[in-house]
Amino acid sequence: MLVSLKWLKDYVDVDLTAAELASALTMAGLEVEEIKIIKPAFSGVVVAKILSVKPHPSADKLSLCEVTDGSQTYPIVCGAKNIKAGDVVPLAKIGATIPGGYTIKSSVLRGEKSEGMLCSEAELEVGDDTSGIMQLPQSMVLGKALGEALDLDDTVLDIGITPNRSDCLSMIGIAREVAAITGKKLRIPQFNIRETGTDIKQVASVKIIDDDFCPRYTARMIGNVKIGPSPVWMKTRLEAVGLRSINNVVDVTNFVMLEMGQPLHSFDFRFLEEGRIVVRKSKPDEEFISLDGKSRKLSADTLLICDGVKPVAIAGIMGGLNSEVKDDTNIVFLESAYFNPSSIRSSARKLAMPTDAAFRFERGIDPEGVVRALDRAAFLIAELAGGSVYKNYIDEYPRQVLTAKDIPLRRTRVNEMLGTPVTGKDIVRILRSLGMDIKLAGKGKYYVTPPSSRVDITREIDLIEEIARIYGYDRIPVTLPNAALTEMAIVPRLDLEERMRQLLTGTGYTEVINYSFITPASVDYLCLKEHDDRRRLVHIKNPLAEDQSVMRTTMIFGLLNTLKKNANNGCFNLKIFEIGRVFLRMAEGKLPEERNVLAGLLSGAVSDDLWGAKSTSDFYDIKGCLANIFCDLKLNNCLYRSENSEPFLHPGKSCNIYLGNTKIGYAGEVHPDVRDKMDLKISSYVFEINLDILSGHISGAVNYKEISKYPAVTRDVAFVIDANVEADYMLDIVLRQREDLLENVGIFDIYAGKGLPEGKKSLGLRFSYRAPDKTLTDLDVNNVHEKIVRNTVQLTGAKIRGE
Amino acid sequence: MISELQQLEKDALAELAGAATEEQILAVKTKYLGRKGLLTGVLRNIALVPDAEKPIFGKRCNEVKEVLNGKIDSALCLQSTRKKEDILLKEKIDVTLPGRGVFCGRIHPIIQVRREICSIFASFGFSVVEGPEVELDYYNFEALNIPQDHPARDMQDTFYIEEDVVLRTHTSPVQIRTMEKMKPPVRILSPGRVYRPDSDISHTPMFHQVEGLLVDRGVTLGDLKGILTAFLRKVFGEKTILRFRPSFFPFTEPSAEVDIRCVMCSGRGCRVCKQSGWLEILGSGMVDPAVFRNVGYDPEIYTGFAFGLGVERIAMLKYGISDIRLFFENDIRFVRQF
Repeated sequence: MLVSLKWLKDYVDVDLTAAELASALTMAGLEVEEIKIIKPAFSGVVVAKILSVKPHPSADKLSLCEVTDGSQTYPIVCGAKNIKAGDVVPLAKIGATIPGGYTIKSSVLRGEKSEGMLCSEAELEVGDDTSGIMQLPQSMVLGKALGEALDLDDTVLDIGITPNRSDCLSMIGIAREVAAITGKKLRIPQFNIRETGTDIKQVASVKIIDDDFCPRYTARMIGNVKIGPSPVWMKTRLEAVGLRSINNVVDVTNFVMLEMGQPLHSFDFRFLEEGRIVVRKSKPDEEFISLDGKSRKLSADTLLICDGVKPVAIAGIMGGLNSEVKDDTNIVFLESAYFNPSSIRSSARKLAMPTDAAFRFERGIDPEGVVRALDRAAFLIAELAGGSVYKNYIDEYPRQVLTAKDIPLRRTRVNEMLGTPVTGKDIVRILRSLGMDIKLAGKGKYYVTPPSSRVDITREIDLIEEIARIYGYDRIPVTLPNAALTEMAIVPRLDLEERMRQLLTGTGYTEVINYSFITPASVDYLCLKEHDDRRRLVHIKNPLAEDQSVMRTTMIFGLLNTLKKNANNGCFNLKIFEIGRVFLRMAEGKLPEERNVLAGLLSGAVSDDLWGAKSTSDFYDIKGCLANIFCDLKLNNCLYRSENSEPFLHPGKSCNIYLGNTKIGYAGEVHPDVRDKMDLKISSYVFEINLDILSGHISGAVNYKEISKYPAVTRDVAFVIDANVEADYMLDIVLRQREDLLENVGIFDIYAGKGLPEGKKSLGLRFSYRAPDKTLTDLDVNNVHEKIVRNTVQLTGAKIRGE
Repeated sequence: MISELQQLEKDALAELAGAATEEQILAVKTKYLGRKGLLTGVLRNIALVPDAEKPIFGKRCNEVKEVLNGKIDSALCLQSTRKKEDILLKEKIDVTLPGRGVFCGRIHPIIQVRREICSIFASFGFSVVEGPEVELDYYNFEALNIPQDHPARDMQDTFYIEEDVVLRTHTSPVQIRTMEKMKPPVRILSPGRVYRPDSDISHTPMFHQVEGLLVDRGVTLGDLKGILTAFLRKVFGEKTILRFRPSFFPFTEPSAEVDIRCVMCSGRGCRVCKQSGWLEILGSGMVDPAVFRNVGYDPEIYTGFAFGLGVERIAMLKYGISDIRLFFENDIRFVRQF
């Protein structure tokens, strides 16, 4: 809401500077977002009087004038026809600037000297009139700066009005606030409407069919109007708050809307067929051409203002082209109504017409201010357009709009809520300053009736807020709650996420955050199969862009995109992870399933240094990272199964990850096809872990074992086995023999090639033996070791290399 | 004889001082202290010394011998140390070459700030709770006192999944879900991703909020000021100046917007604070009685306050970041700085 200070001062005295007022309003809940200084678009222009006008000796279209600014006389050559001696006019003196960036210089026109320029309204941008030199009132003091003489300087506050404060969408509403904050008196404009001639009820009628949408409709008529431009005071006020002046009638409706908050509409009565108004909801697919010249298809339940035959306005939103006030309008039919806020809001949204009128109606206007605004506008139209107001007015009010009355208020409750020492006196003073009516209802108890414009106040809490606002939030004491101790609830998964962050960053991974919405094509890029769960996409109805139109069902696509973006920036060595949710569509009527997921990506060199060893990361780097995490989480039953799980992973370099029999995720190299499709320049390794499942498996229990004081004995054996036999299979067979002395077994060598048969490989295992209570002898070790090796050979068909 | 001895000591020390190598030192040792050495020779001549002077002469001789021995030993020791150092110095490396190893990754700045916020409130006893990001219209709006076709819906543009299912526009629905499940006292914090269709230098369609709620008997607007003042001073410094001013949120009343003195210009007015000297930092207010009724709390018995803040906003102010979109571009050169 733009508020002109000059205009505001019509209703309340303001002693504060603009900045002080802005700060006071902000601290009372009317946030001033900007202070704009309005200056005329010219300088050096003064009020002057023409002393004489003579024809130019050598140019028919020019005349020679003598002009005085009260102290000096100037010769001026002028081309306008509308001037005569005695006229008071604006004079741009030498050095003056006028709109368009012109500076006035002394000049000679066809041999005659000209020391300045007389200006038209349009040249000064104070009006639209281009027909001749602007005529100023005779009463103006000569020599006075024109901006000052016309009172063009102004300051405009841009105030953010919260949706509850519909009353502040008017100058009087703002003035009431200013009065309450500064302790000044509010001045409501006084006027006397003079009715003459015909009774409106004899020539016009109003019928409300749908009174749920239109509880009240009032109207007046003004005859013999002369449509023309508005006076300067009206124009400058409207223009200061960003409205274009149109004509004296339309300007009055806008002016009264801004002054009192009641949107009005003026019809040309000659276009209202049968002289009657019918208020009804639209029929399906009804069409209508609004004032802006656009044809609009209306959805059912749009409230229409119709005449005896056809619609003439979309109620509360915009008038129609067929009935607007024109230059030759003689009789104005003026509407002031109360429309149901939510119906206006719904229609304005469907039509995408957030007009000034709709904005006010949907927030709720003053139901008791309807007639007052009607009268005010009729008065002003008669004043400015020279018309006469018909006798009487129409007030169809079939459905009472309730306003709050006698709201109970307890002083104890005020202080309990605010933590203040507010007294009864404070309460009465504050509420009265806001125009509320207070009755005492016992000790510390009141009945409060707010002004009917304060539709936001219906409950005790609303009154408490008003008291707090005007009392001043800064005066409310700063305290800490007196709360009982309670045990904090813990979400184990969140603790797990924090642990993951520590472990992953410690291993060199950096956290990223991708949008939760991605392109629907992601599932195709990832080659997901037709029945894959992750094709159960949740679609956004109104996405900002197609590539942000579905909720992600996997985080891998986002990470691959991150890789692509960084590679384009020249960063190929990437170790990143993300923790977030994926979303899977569920049956109709159910919210999607949200899974908490950890995903990571690795690409490029293992380390960033250029001068040391250069090695490219591979599957085992990402597996090592996961193994490190699981080890820290004390999870020792992790299995990596080489099942070909994910269609977007390399079939030979990927695995599913299990905890016991529960699948918790997968890891592997990105499939070359996916890499090519997404135009990724390099290979990368990814993993994804379901944190909901994982967090259910973490006990944190430590399985402590005493450390043996005695030395270990190691034995190495190389088994020759089929190339496709996996290491885990061999280790499992060894460990399943459960020999107590075998402390550990690990892989020390893998070899295939020269010296071994085709299709075979050698797997070197290092066995480590140790007893808790003695030093083992060779004999002790050999007994156990030979047994293990023998069994292993027997169970696997392996051969011992070198035998 | 004594003077002869003194001259000998002087000569020996002078020679030792000139000895630069181990060999030369050993030569000095042999020359003076060897079996046929000069000092040994002088000692042999003790018979020529008058009897009365013999004890003094003997004592002096021993003194000189000890001094020479000591000096020679330390000279030898110094030599061997130098030798070892020479060997080590030949192994000198360039310590200015970059170090090697696994370098730590970084936690995303948004998560770092979220962590900080959560830990401050944890110190006041607030527990973290969560809720769905795809939310029912009821929890996101209706239960929070924002009915259909209410102008307050304009305050938050919304992504729709179905007519009654939205991407949550704030983390406030978690309030409702929590209060439905538990009785007061309530002291919760709900951090998370939220969504609004908006994208420019200061808006992204997804961002992070932290919402807090405290409900108990006798909670006042003064308490709200107390907790939030303590919180903001922990985040922005103990001397932070703040102000509470009236505002409107459908689910709180009275409502308060909290501003801090602009951290960029200290209130003089700059581009960041749009010349106002203040920065809007969070929204808050006393829980509206209508919200309490929606979850079955008696507003006559319980009062409480709620607040919500944008994590990105705080991170931008803390680190001086001017474009919010950078947080989600995941340029590794950006994230690695935090």
